[in-house]
Amino acid sequence: MPIRVQTEDFDLAVELAQLRQANPKIGAVVTFLGTVRDLNDGSSIAQMELEHYPGMTEKALSTIVDQARQRWEIFDALVIHRIGPLLPQDQIVLVAVSSAHRGDAFAACEFIIDYLKTEAPFWKKEHTPQGARWVDARTSDDEALAKWEQDALPLPIRESKK
Amino acid sequence: MKIQLRFFASIREALNLSQETLEVPAAVATVGDVRAYLRARGGVWAEVLADGRALRMAFNQELASADTVLADNGEVAFFPPVTGG
Repeated sequence: MPIRVQTEDFDLAVELAQLRQANPKIGAVVTFLGTVRDLNDGSSIAQMELEHYPGMTEKALSTIVDQARQRWEIFDALVIHRIGPLLPQDQIVLVAVSSAHRGDAFAACEFIIDYLKTEAPFWKKEHTPQGARWVDARTSDDEALAKWEQDALPLPIRESKK
Repeated sequence: MKIQLRFFASIREALNLSQETLEVPAAVATVGDVRAYLRARGGVWAEVLADGRALRMAFNQELASADTVLADNGEVAFFPPVTGG
């Protein structure tokens, strides 16, 4: 269950190869790759700065991945989030989930990124022609979270966990 | 009781402060009490930590509510709603 918060870029192919090598029973790997846009709320974005809360960030991500593991049958989950200054088109976040079948991997991947966006202490600051501004939290992110809270409780009953 | 304070993102910028060690009186027993205690400093503190303002709080690096009880040498953090991903 690797979780990394780093300034450096990452190589998607290398990360996925490592995830897959770990287990020949993997039948599905679903990934979400977040990248920096050059436009937000009508302003062009020259640079994005990512701040986080060291210590709490790793704890929060670990809790989110644990919750995903309790809800779905997944083998592993990888979360990489970059911090510091980033430019448009840069990779900012990767969530990759492996499982035997695609359904669990798709659901767990979406769950992890939805929770990350509302529970993990990262903040974005955009540099626009009008100056720097902190990005406001989106209502749509909270709505995405609410969907999981309605959908997944009580936890689905699993016939077996072989 | 002694606590560590941490501030992040727009809160940190507004206060021009990222951390502080604070000795609080016995009456300050919860995270909400800390918020009110700091707000009483007035000025930018009253504005940034005002009731009703969208603000998240953490105690010992876990999300906290106003009722979360403090412990000696605990870490209380204030920050805006998160926007990563």
